[in-house]
Amino acid sequence: MPDLGKYAGAVVTSWAATLVLVAALIAITWWQSARARRKLDAAEARRKER
Amino acid sequence: MTTTRTKQANDRWNWLWEWANPVKFMSLSARALPWVTAITVVTLVVGLVWGFFFTPEAAKFGSSVKIIYVHVPSAMMAINIWVMMLVASLIWLVRRHHVSALAAKAAALVGVVMTVIALITGAIWGEPMWGTYWAWDPRLTSFLVLFLFYLGYMALWAAIEDPDTAADLTSVLAIVGSVFALLSRYAVNFWNQGLHQGASLSLDAEENVSDVYWQPLVICLVGFVALFVLLLLVRTRTEVRKRRVHALEMRERMSDA
Repeated sequence: MPDLGKYAGAVVTSWAATLVLVAALIAITWWQSARARRKLDAAEARRKER
Repeated sequence: MTTTRTKQANDRWNWLWEWANPVKFMSLSARALPWVTAITVVTLVVGLVWGFFFTPEAAKFGSSVKIIYVHVPSAMMAINIWVMMLVASLIWLVRRHHVSALAAKAAALVGVVMTVIALITGAIWGEPMWGTYWAWDPRLTSFLVLFLFYLGYMALWAAIEDPDTAADLTSVLAIVGSVFALLSRYAVNFWNQGLHQGASLSLDAEENVSDVYWQPLVICLVGFVALFVLLLLVRTRTEVRKRRVHALEMRERMSDA
């Protein structure tokens, strides 16, 4: 960890906020993608059954 | 002669319009995803690690200069994502390609997160530098309005049931909002007032940040662009799948009736 001096709080908070928000965005994108894929698989299976 | 030239020009753009076909889009994007993921991971890790651990303190800003590696890329993406949404919306309005409307919709959440990151990191940097978290400065204010446009755009998509009507109305909103996207980039040049400084990245050597900060910053910018492309592809694929589910469910309801 580099010595951030008197701006340590500002630098660490900025980077932490960025990483948390980007991680949340990736997680939401992944979750929505998996859910849409499951729904489509189920709908295609129902269509084939008919 | 003119007809031949027009045909040649059309042929040159055929590769682009292939992405507009949902089946082709799913196949092309599936092939592109591993490459885009690799570029995103490599550029983000190299750029962010270099920026955080291996850059010196700046004479005027101390170690707070390290905030530039998350603030500048997110702010640039916030503006450029809206411009991408504008182009995709215009393609929808003119050529009625569904994938372009879905791509604009898919980009909005990424855009709003980038805007929030830019606003938060800017405020945190502003407190020790300007003595305040917020000022009604032209660039900051136009950025806040851009954030509200992103929220309005997403709310409009959610509020309208018919997807084609939603795509039409959100496209108009994208055109109106592009004024604020451009203002948030050029407000500093239009009004020579406010706290926010000019461009950190410029072709003018006098204005630009020095190489020691500039090189990792460019890698971070490439990383953020790659992250956006990756998320855009995945999110647009999700929207295409949701649209297919909707079509199948409508067909089921009609056959049940």
